[in-house]
Amino acid sequence: MIELKSLTKRFAQHTAVDALSFSVQPGEVLGFLGPNGAGKSTTMKMLTGFLAPTAGTASIFGHDIRTRTLQAQRLTGYLPEGAPCYGDMTVRGFLEFIAEVRGFRGAEKRARVERAVAQVELERVLGQDIETLSKGFKRRVGLAQAILHDPRVLILDEPTDGLDPNQKHQVRQLIQGLAQDKIVIISTHILEEVSAVCSRALVIAAGRLVADGTPLELERRSRYHQAVTLVADGPLDEQAFAALPGVAGIERNAAEHSLTVLAQPDAVILPQVNALVAARGWTIRELNVERGRLDEVFRTLTRGEAA
Amino acid sequence: MSQLPVIFKRELASYFATPLAYVFILIFLVLSGVFTFYLGGFYERGQADLTPFFSFHTWLYLFLIPAIAMRLWAEERKSGSIELLMTLPITRFEAVTGKFLAAWVFAALALLLTFPMVVTVNYLGEPDNGVIVAAYLGSWLLAGAFLAIGSCMSALAKNQVIAFILAVSVSFLFIVSGLPMVLDAFAWAPQWLVDAVASLSFLVRFDSISKGVIDLRDLLYFLSLIVAWLAATAVVVDLKKAQ
Repeated sequence: MIELKSLTKRFAQHTAVDALSFSVQPGEVLGFLGPNGAGKSTTMKMLTGFLAPTAGTASIFGHDIRTRTLQAQRLTGYLPEGAPCYGDMTVRGFLEFIAEVRGFRGAEKRARVERAVAQVELERVLGQDIETLSKGFKRRVGLAQAILHDPRVLILDEPTDGLDPNQKHQVRQLIQGLAQDKIVIISTHILEEVSAVCSRALVIAAGRLVADGTPLELERRSRYHQAVTLVADGPLDEQAFAALPGVAGIERNAAEHSLTVLAQPDAVILPQVNALVAARGWTIRELNVERGRLDEVFRTLTRGEAA
Repeated sequence: MSQLPVIFKRELASYFATPLAYVFILIFLVLSGVFTFYLGGFYERGQADLTPFFSFHTWLYLFLIPAIAMRLWAEERKSGSIELLMTLPITRFEAVTGKFLAAWVFAALALLLTFPMVVTVNYLGEPDNGVIVAAYLGSWLLAGAFLAIGSCMSALAKNQVIAFILAVSVSFLFIVSGLPMVLDAFAWAPQWLVDAVASLSFLVRFDSISKGVIDLRDLLYFLSLIVAWLAATAVVVDLKKAQ
């Protein structure tokens, strides 16, 4: 498992990561969320041994990242932000280099490279120089080097940033397809990604932890959780909706004759709304029960901290 | 298990990934020929030795070696691949030394390709080949010292051109510290200081080796200079890698 104990990084002017403490168990896919500059990348750089913490520490399966850096690095696969590679090498040459650094030789080296290449579908470009590849392929080369040694810990800094929807889908599938006993940490600011692949979401702002829970729990914090959005053919009676039990408020939407009825925390208001619509005989064209809006939760959580 | 050879191999191969390596070797060979035959008066001297060839190496290296060294770290930082390299399970020692050795072996290759000089002088007369071998060794050590300085400067600058200029400047100081005009400027100083400054000079040290005199102190001088600058490189890499 990974354990952070008041991990702190201060640069000359500001504190990038401020006494961050949490632990991650094998099998968890952790989504690391936060606005730009919140300290996501800095935390990852410390976990991978690139930056030394100013205070506090972290351990990866018992190996302290400050004193047993190499052992921790052996267990970890890392995709740095922007997936930097050696552009003048071919894909095969680069992956073989990584395999050798990871201590594989001969037949095992070839098998490892082949397996990683198959996992991210790089067969077509094996002989090409990395600098001539498209962004999507470069990212996949970065992923291939990270998973090559079948690491127990995989740390991916914005793995889908700048990819097209198909490529994003592929990367997500790859992450989901990884063995169940791994720890995966993904940083992102694409919120649907969190619902799609993560079993746990962690929000940080200004270097501090502001929320920690499953994506579902985060959605539940939204004021839109269990809200009902209606689009009708004719005018709707706002007052009547507001008077229903369990209703927290009404929001008018941009579209004509469209309302969003907000639910009080832990209340389910769909039955009441349905009953009212039936009683008044309104014609409803669309009806949506929302799970909650992650982006709204994200904004509330991170803006509050920054203010 | 030491990963130094893996780093070394990748680095050396990357020199030949672009035409730059061949261009460099070509320039080195042409210039050393020009210096030997025109400036050094190889034929006019009428002596079967390679003194005119080696005596210009210090000045040749001043500009050519920083060109080999400038990419060692600056490029890694510019492209961000340093983050990849330094999060792989290798030590800083392996990274710094592996890269340096690759550059040093590359320099050795360029040096070895000057073998027609040896053939020529052996054809024309009967030189002392022991002296020639010693001078080659000295020249290689000299290149190593320049390279170690260049490696540190490359870690200091993100821009390769700046790395080059810094390396040339620092190397220049190490050359001129033995010239009379610099030493004269220290006329006010006690003799031991003048000697200390003079003893730092590449020119003085290399001059004796290129004449075939292998003094243990000269060898130690070059080797300790290399070690010191590589240690400095490791420190600078650590300080600067995240910027």
